[in-house]
Amino acid sequence: MAKITLSRLRHSYLANPAGPEDYALKQIDIDWQDGGAYALLGPSGCGKSTLLNIISGLLTPSEGSILFDGRDVTALPPVERNIAQVFQFPVIYDTMTVYDNLAFPLRNRGVAKDKVDARVREIAGMLEVTDMLQTRAAGLSPDNKQKISMGRGLVRDDVNVVMFDEPLTVIDPHLKWKLRSKLKELHQRVRATMIYVTHDQTEALTFADQVVVMQEGEVVQIGTPVELFDRPAHTFVGHFIGSPGMNVLPCEVRGGAAYVGDDRIALEGAVADGTGATQIGVRPEFVSIAGKGLAATVRKVADVGRHFVVEAMLGDTRVNAIVEHSVPEQGETVHLQFEPAQTRLYRDGWIASVPGEMAA
Amino acid sequence: MKVENQKAWYFVMPVLLLVAFNALIPMMTVVNYSVQETFGDNLFFWQGLDWFEKLLRSERFHAALGRQFLFTGTILAIEVPLGVIIALAMPRKGFWVPVCLVTMALPMLIPWNVVGAMWNIFTLPDIGLLGYVMNHTLGINYNMTQDPLAAWITIIVMDVWHWTSLVALLSYAGLVSIPDAYYQAAKIDGASAWSVFRFIQLPKMKQVLIIAVLLRFMDSFNIYTEPFVLTGGGPGNSTTLLSIDLEKMALGQFDLGPAAAMSLIYFAITLLASWLFYTLMTRNN
Repeated sequence: MAKITLSRLRHSYLANPAGPEDYALKQIDIDWQDGGAYALLGPSGCGKSTLLNIISGLLTPSEGSILFDGRDVTALPPVERNIAQVFQFPVIYDTMTVYDNLAFPLRNRGVAKDKVDARVREIAGMLEVTDMLQTRAAGLSPDNKQKISMGRGLVRDDVNVVMFDEPLTVIDPHLKWKLRSKLKELHQRVRATMIYVTHDQTEALTFADQVVVMQEGEVVQIGTPVELFDRPAHTFVGHFIGSPGMNVLPCEVRGGAAYVGDDRIALEGAVADGTGATQIGVRPEFVSIAGKGLAATVRKVADVGRHFVVEAMLGDTRVNAIVEHSVPEQGETVHLQFEPAQTRLYRDGWIASVPGEMAA
Repeated sequence: MKVENQKAWYFVMPVLLLVAFNALIPMMTVVNYSVQETFGDNLFFWQGLDWFEKLLRSERFHAALGRQFLFTGTILAIEVPLGVIIALAMPRKGFWVPVCLVTMALPMLIPWNVVGAMWNIFTLPDIGLLGYVMNHTLGINYNMTQDPLAAWITIIVMDVWHWTSLVALLSYAGLVSIPDAYYQAAKIDGASAWSVFRFIQLPKMKQVLIIAVLLRFMDSFNIYTEPFVLTGGGPGNSTTLLSIDLEKMALGQFDLGPAAAMSLIYFAITLLASWLFYTLMTRNN
């Protein structure tokens, strides 16, 4: 197990990248603490699989270095990095039994027979596959196959990091939940560093202690699930996490205060200096329908079970509000109010309000 | 309530008719010949199972059958591993993929009798490229019209040249269908190149390899045109395979009864061996 450091990492799939748009990964600097449960969250094509393959050694980065406990491993092949990876589709060796599948990584490394046996049985016990050890792996169901490929990653007790590349994609929905909690439980038992790549926020937020949100080859925020929800550092994070995502309204800053049209909007605090396009960001959970406030027309009301999602149009901008009762009718004009402590200002996408100090 | 009727039979009829005319009826005429003796003029005498008995005891048949198994066994032992090795060595992407595929497919597109004629000329000691080089440049005495061993080597090399591509292309199809993740996982698991072949590539190629082996078995067991054009079964009887022997009996000697009996036994052996192959190769699934 090790602390993993990514230093000034950049990668392009082109031989001669010209501008930043040619890079699949633009400048990444992250420290992954030993024993942490991390999620790498982002939409398809944001570079998260590229990053994963760079850490595992399947891909060599164009620039920058990867350090395991301070040792540079950038040039090492996967087998010498002592890592494990679980792929999107279960990779199992069809002709082998479950037992041989789990023993394979150990046998390849010349581990003694009795130690292999002890380790395989221990992991099989954790994964609850002990009763299938002697069956051929080819006949298993997809979720069991995926368990076996996870097991092959966990069976070595010296792995630096176990990486999961969207491992639940092919698993039936009702088994996803089970496997997810199994994974969480495994992390608590083996205490290996784990990195879980996904585009599904539920998977990321339930698995990880720390979530790394990526967009277009850049890390936009690293934080606990609560931090990401409470105070998105970028409008993308606000939008990507949450259901529905954060509302983003174009606004103007005049004399240190934010205005939408002529209405002044109370923010969480003072606005940092700077220039660029400004926007108000507020989560639907903190938008309420009141007697006064911004006037908007209700376009749609969706009953999602626990509450209602009201979609209102404020000029050309859509604003969602989560409402528990007294639901407005479609077409009705309502007044929206934002909870000031949860209302933030973004400049060119990045957060630009400082909490606490109230604006004058 | 479910109404039962017999309409489904109408849908089976066309196939049944087709099979009847292209397989069952011709085969029944063979069965008919195999139990009778004829001297022409449409005169037939009942013979019972005599021809079958005689044939199964005849040394000539045993020898031809032995040669047939030797031939088929040899070409399978060469073509299957060679095809797999070629498939493994072929590029997986890029400019050379279509080049390889087309080059490999070429021998298979040549008509069988042309293959025989080509190799016949190719091996002629005085004017054929191979024959000339062997005899005059390298000084190796090579004449397949006189030397049985040379004749055997020639028909085997010819078949390998003609059909290894089939095994290679089928194996290649199996290989390219293996997702990258398998190779990546194997790298991470520390698998050796041999392990990758043994536990990933070979199992994934198994289905297509079964088809390749079956096709090559049946085709080589029934091979006729190429060795007939190339060696005519000679020198002597040394390359007289079953089909060539059958042709000699049926058309050369006009022994229709024994030839019919031999056809049926030949057919039965091919069928039985194919079934055995298939059952053995798929018994684990």
